[in-house]
Amino acid sequence: MAAGNFEKYKSDGSIGGNVLEWVDARFPATSLWKGHLSEYYCPKNFNFWYFFGSLALLVLVIQIVTGIFLVMHYKPDAALNANGVPIAFASVEYIMRDVPGGWLIRYMHSTGASAFFIVVYLHMFRGLLYGSYRKPRELTWLFGVGIFLVLMGEAFFGYLLPWGQMSYWGAQVIVNLFSAIPLIGGDLSLIIRGDFVVGDATLNRFFSFHVIAFPLVLVGLVAAHVLALHETGSNNPDGIEIKANKDENGIPRDGIPFHPYYTVKDIVGVVVFLMVFSAVMFWAPEGSGYFLETPNFYPADPLKTPPHIAPVWYFTPFYSILRAVTFPLFGLDAKFWGVVAMGASVVIFAFLPWLDRSPVKSIRYRGPIYKTLLTLFVICFFILGYLGTLSPSPMGELVSQVCSVFYFGFFLGMPWWSRMDKFSPVPDRVTFK
Amino acid sequence: MSNQGKMDCGRRRLVVATAAVGGAGAVGALVPFVSSLLPSERAKAAGAPVEVDISKLEPGQMMTVEWRGKPVWIINRTKEMMDTLPKLADAVADPKSEKDQQPAYAQNDTRSIKPEVMVVVGICTHLGCSPSQKFKAGADEGMPGDWMGGFLCPCHGSTFDFAGRVYKSKPAPTNLEVPPHVYLADARILIGEDKKGA
Repeated sequence: MAAGNFEKYKSDGSIGGNVLEWVDARFPATSLWKGHLSEYYCPKNFNFWYFFGSLALLVLVIQIVTGIFLVMHYKPDAALNANGVPIAFASVEYIMRDVPGGWLIRYMHSTGASAFFIVVYLHMFRGLLYGSYRKPRELTWLFGVGIFLVLMGEAFFGYLLPWGQMSYWGAQVIVNLFSAIPLIGGDLSLIIRGDFVVGDATLNRFFSFHVIAFPLVLVGLVAAHVLALHETGSNNPDGIEIKANKDENGIPRDGIPFHPYYTVKDIVGVVVFLMVFSAVMFWAPEGSGYFLETPNFYPADPLKTPPHIAPVWYFTPFYSILRAVTFPLFGLDAKFWGVVAMGASVVIFAFLPWLDRSPVKSIRYRGPIYKTLLTLFVICFFILGYLGTLSPSPMGELVSQVCSVFYFGFFLGMPWWSRMDKFSPVPDRVTFK
Repeated sequence: MSNQGKMDCGRRRLVVATAAVGGAGAVGALVPFVSSLLPSERAKAAGAPVEVDISKLEPGQMMTVEWRGKPVWIINRTKEMMDTLPKLADAVADPKSEKDQQPAYAQNDTRSIKPEVMVVVGICTHLGCSPSQKFKAGADEGMPGDWMGGFLCPCHGSTFDFAGRVYKSKPAPTNLEVPPHVYLADARILIGEDKKGA
């Protein structure tokens, strides 16, 4: 062992020799490349749903790069300028109107925020379809839930920065949610705001969280997510372990190297994705008021709430669940239980690996119960999302209560119904045409 | 590993003590960071009282002034507005203002010092939105037919009467807050301070 190591250092340090050899003796460049790309064996039967992991990575890069350039012009300052407009709001207008190409970079970033959630939701749905969260990939899934939580925080902090009406009042409502927690709630929301009202202190700390703290955590979690995945190997649409059937060289018989096979396949996904992304960015950057909400084109006014406030679309399913709780329980008021229900509706995803007791992973070999319930779950999620964009109404309240009950029933009943289904036999090898 | 099986208890104690000291240091290092998140001295000092002249406020009108970054409403209530208050005693959650949402001198039927002049913080006690005016009685402004006039919070639908009292079964848990205030003269109010004889 020691002798072998010594052998590696035979390169005399001159770059005239084999540079890669020189590097490999000092840094595991080739072994990283092989382990994660050219000799990372993926099942050969990946389908459409397997685009969204790499697309999420692409959007992360878009957000980081555009973010770096936006910070060069943006000013997190709630004070009013000479024209009586908050400096933060004015600096965003400045980026849109006066910075060369600034409008494009900002629209990339704002469209990227919505695109991020679209690909992440589809990526999570893929997990539900094929049981990707099941043993042995529980940690990959948990890191993924962590990514989702951090992403929500990141989006929330970022939404305050333009300092428009929706930024201001959205933050006001969400920060006040924390005050519903008994005993510590008041102090907690004070610590989040840094003032008695949402103000300059809040804007500056949200800026700091948005550009430094949360992105660092996000990148770390993404690395952990990918490392955990590469430790166990990828799942596939058949939900069977390709590592169970290896050839004489120890390579899974149904596996193909990620590079070049899936890097090339993903290029197709990236091209299609960027076409859609560019179409939105150039022709509908406001997404009909869903990606950039109309009240946010007015500067923040602490004295006046806009007539209709709603979170951005990607938060609305959870916001509906918050609003669905309208009754006190155990002596604590509805506000508190609403917050608990909303938090639980996100965190409950983390428990999926242990809630699902079906003998098969993939929906291909599960029976009508799973197919029906999963369809209803998706419908409920869409209904909750739609209702969350509307003003409160008695009818909407009732529907969102029904959907919320189903939402939680889907997860909490899973240990029972996932076992009762009618399963079909799982093949030994992946199905591949 | 020649000394396997024999544990050096002295060293082990040192390891535990070192880890404990290190851990305590790490926790102690959190203090300045967490405390920096609290409101600064400047933020705490920013709550200066605001003086308002209400001589031009006609009956039925409302004005909004900013105090501690929050909207404070001053409403010159008409006779009709005042008449709705006793009728709503059964419809509102806390008709006698028993919850501590006002200074003692405003804990009365009109929740005010002068019966007609309402001074109240225009921030919904639910999640902090500012309710909108729905002063017209009836269904004109999209309210139910038996609406007597008051305020509607646009965020989660809480309704309040002309004394800032919240209707029953609404998300807002308490009445709107009446800030400390005092009349410096007949038409001059100081909001944020209530020292008599100021």
